[in-house]
Amino acid sequence: MYQHTRLTTNRLGFFQKFRNFDYILLICILLLGFISLATMYSTDGGEIKFHTKSHFTKLAVFTLMMLVMSFINIKYWFSIGYLAYVAVVGLLVGTYLFGITSSGSQRWINLYFINLQPSELMKIFIIVCLAKFFHRMKLENVNSIYTILTSLIIILLPMGLVIVQPDLGTAVLIAISGIAVLWFAGTNYKYFIYTILGFIISLPFVIAFLKPYQKLRVLTFLNPDKDPLGAGYQIIQSKIAVGSGGIFGKGFLKGTQSYLEFLPEKHTDFIFTLFSEEFGFVGSAILLVIYAIIIYRIIAIGASSRSYFAKIFCYSFGAAIFVFITINMSMVLGLLPIVGSPLPIMSYGGSSMLATMIGFGIVMSARVHNQQLIA
Amino acid sequence: MIGIVSRLFFLQVKENKKYLTLSDKNRIREWKLAPVRGEFHDYFGNVIAGNFEAYQLHLIPEQVEDFRYVIYRLKDLLELSDNEFKKVLKKKNEIKPWETLIVSDNLSWQKFSKINNHLYDLNGVKPVISISRNYPFKENFTHLIGYVSQANQDDIESTQAIKKNFVPGLKVGKVGLEKTFEEKLIGTNDIERYEVNAYGRRISQLEFQKGEKGKTLRLTIDTEVQKLANELLKDKAGSICVMDIYTGAVIAMHSSPSFDPNLFVFGISQDDWQLIRNDPMKPLVNKTLQGNYSPGSTIKPIVALSALENGIINTNFTVRCTGKTEMYGQTYHCWKKKGHGYVSLRNAMKQSCDTYFYEIARKLGVDKLSETAKKFGLGEKVFGDLFDIEKKGLIPNTQWKKNALGKGWLLGETIITGIGQGYIQTTPIQLCLMTAQIANGGYKIYPHIVVDDKVKDQPVDKFTPLYKNSKNIKIVQDAIFGSTNEVMGTSYRSRIDNPKYQFAGKTGTAQVKKITEEERELDLKTFQIPYEQRDHALYVAFGPYKNPRYALSVIVEHGGNGSTTAAPMATKLFKLIIDRHKIRESLGNKKYLEI
Repeated sequence: MYQHTRLTTNRLGFFQKFRNFDYILLICILLLGFISLATMYSTDGGEIKFHTKSHFTKLAVFTLMMLVMSFINIKYWFSIGYLAYVAVVGLLVGTYLFGITSSGSQRWINLYFINLQPSELMKIFIIVCLAKFFHRMKLENVNSIYTILTSLIIILLPMGLVIVQPDLGTAVLIAISGIAVLWFAGTNYKYFIYTILGFIISLPFVIAFLKPYQKLRVLTFLNPDKDPLGAGYQIIQSKIAVGSGGIFGKGFLKGTQSYLEFLPEKHTDFIFTLFSEEFGFVGSAILLVIYAIIIYRIIAIGASSRSYFAKIFCYSFGAAIFVFITINMSMVLGLLPIVGSPLPIMSYGGSSMLATMIGFGIVMSARVHNQQLIA
Repeated sequence: MIGIVSRLFFLQVKENKKYLTLSDKNRIREWKLAPVRGEFHDYFGNVIAGNFEAYQLHLIPEQVEDFRYVIYRLKDLLELSDNEFKKVLKKKNEIKPWETLIVSDNLSWQKFSKINNHLYDLNGVKPVISISRNYPFKENFTHLIGYVSQANQDDIESTQAIKKNFVPGLKVGKVGLEKTFEEKLIGTNDIERYEVNAYGRRISQLEFQKGEKGKTLRLTIDTEVQKLANELLKDKAGSICVMDIYTGAVIAMHSSPSFDPNLFVFGISQDDWQLIRNDPMKPLVNKTLQGNYSPGSTIKPIVALSALENGIINTNFTVRCTGKTEMYGQTYHCWKKKGHGYVSLRNAMKQSCDTYFYEIARKLGVDKLSETAKKFGLGEKVFGDLFDIEKKGLIPNTQWKKNALGKGWLLGETIITGIGQGYIQTTPIQLCLMTAQIANGGYKIYPHIVVDDKVKDQPVDKFTPLYKNSKNIKIVQDAIFGSTNEVMGTSYRSRIDNPKYQFAGKTGTAQVKKITEEERELDLKTFQIPYEQRDHALYVAFGPYKNPRYALSVIVEHGGNGSTTAAPMATKLFKLIIDRHKIRESLGNKKYLEI
């Protein structure tokens, strides 16, 4: 599909690479990291405890990793695209076979030095893989049956492996990441419409196959007050926390809802609730602005990249991050049913942060090497 | 993105108040403590229903690490019986883990201090000193005041004050004045506000709001007289009530047999309950208010008064008593077989000649008689709504019989009504009121038990006369005087000659069954008749005669004869009542003395 050519041009020196850094993006990421640390500190009840420490370590290590990644030429990331995908699929299979079961689903795999959640990594590597797949593809081939089928297999294979864990939420997010790439690669919009129609038609059958707890989540979303102490508890408490925050919030370390443990999952999926309770509408708006700047920078980097791979990756990654944030926030604000989806960087959880940082690393690498052509 | 921002705006700015309230509701929890109940004092300020410090043992299940261990340890220490132990376990299953489980609500000091010594290995167990009801005079005031016991669902639903102040283990009035004045007595809760976490664990106390003690009620009762009444009726079934004839203040009101109300405060044991419930003398019945008795001869003053008022007779009217009289084809007997000979009103009252009263009742007619009787307080509730158990008694007339029984009135029934037999039924408190209103010269009074600062005792000048001619009252009073203080009087043996204590009274003997001719021939003595068939002994009196102040009624169920059983009790009562009058007076209501 592509020819390997010598790449003698645009070889950059170390300091040149430094100069090419997107400092706005970096500052925003660091700022976000700092905010997430402060929030984590608050979830620990105003003390430096396990979550704060662990989050700090991960943040430091993964930020460093991101910086290192940005010095590595984008073409290397291109070259390992398929390999990384296959590796993560391997991990998913491994998870299926020897995974660690926790609260009813088998999502983690023990890699001796770290417990990894491969499905989180898949959210990023599916983009890398598909971006490589569509790289320099002739436009008339993009909509060929072969291409569509191949990309569908690439998406459905990890999805299937994640659904059996079972973790429908992450599977959907993986699908969204993949579909984002298809969209930016130029797949005919007809296919999206067909997919949506097909989905709507098959909805009754899907519902029939849903696990009871998943059905309950949807029903709870439609009417959380039906079972306020059971299934509706999380969303009701989350809304109370956010709502009681008001314009300026209850103040740092003063969120009663989280402090008194009314808030479930406050370290992970509901971290935004806690933040919003303590910092109010103004704080939440600032957080959203930071996220918006990050997404804008990612898209801008994509636009300024010379290689097609980098462009597609940046656009898709930006879109994916946008969707992740939207889904997480909509969920905690009661606009969507509860699906397990973390808020990038803010939420506690190594795999999710690793995946996001890898994404940022590749984006940053694309920025540093934005003149790099990939044959 | 816009959606999220607008959602944030909606939740945090627009609906902020609502969620803030919800958040506070989440984190702040109130703990109500049982309110301190108001007391009952007698007229002299003695506490007759008070509070004492009860030693209790509370336990919050979720704070106990090893519930099984602790509960079995407590069972040993408190020497709980298997039954009590099962009850505690049952209660534990009914409450939430953070709610208080009352293991024991009235511990002895020994056990309480024993628990305190073992607290080191009883995590989560709390020894508590709590305020609880106490009746120091035990059975003396049971029927009057009633008792408190654990509130049940009905109590909570029927009384707003209980609903508002309810806490588990709250004691509320079940009968008597404790029940009537629940709203005044109950007080208000102490409220503790705590910040709690999602599991209900208390984090910090935010506020403590002191409640108010319930109102203390002062009664018109004199404990000494009440105690004497209880003593006099010991081992008998009956009732004694004493009333101030001008103010209507009830000095004593006792129903016998009684029981110890303290038994009910912490839940009565099955054995004690069965004992009280199955007692043939019916301690649970307040005979003063619930007992419907035939008044017997105690009705005679009213019959006489009615005849005088209606101009049927005058003081010179005489009847010849031969021991029995034939009317409308029936034979009516006088209690004296030989007869009284020619008797006038005064003599007939004195010797309680039945023949005389048959004759005037016949001439009077039941409708006029019932009119007078009702005027003097018979046939309706004496205390109005004060006691829900109070009975109205029954004063029959022709209209009543037609309505209630659908039959016409028979003249023979008028005749026996004249001696207080037949349909006529009165409660002891009604008889007391009737006597009081005759004694005070025929004026209406309003009996009451609670000294109320707002409603002053009925002032003298507002007394409404119940008579047409005050002379008639005087005649009846004098006739009653003769009955006690002159030779041949039915209660002559019970008289007191000292004018300070001298009283006037009328005996009564109410038949509980019709006496057959055979029995009349046998002329059995009281002790020869089975208990249930013996006559009720009644006595109504007022004194001191020269300047009357108090009226009383005595009823001894199946006591036989009014003059031998009931009248002697009045002697003892009057001595005490009149001795105590000075002390009572010194507390200040001189106003009613001169009349």
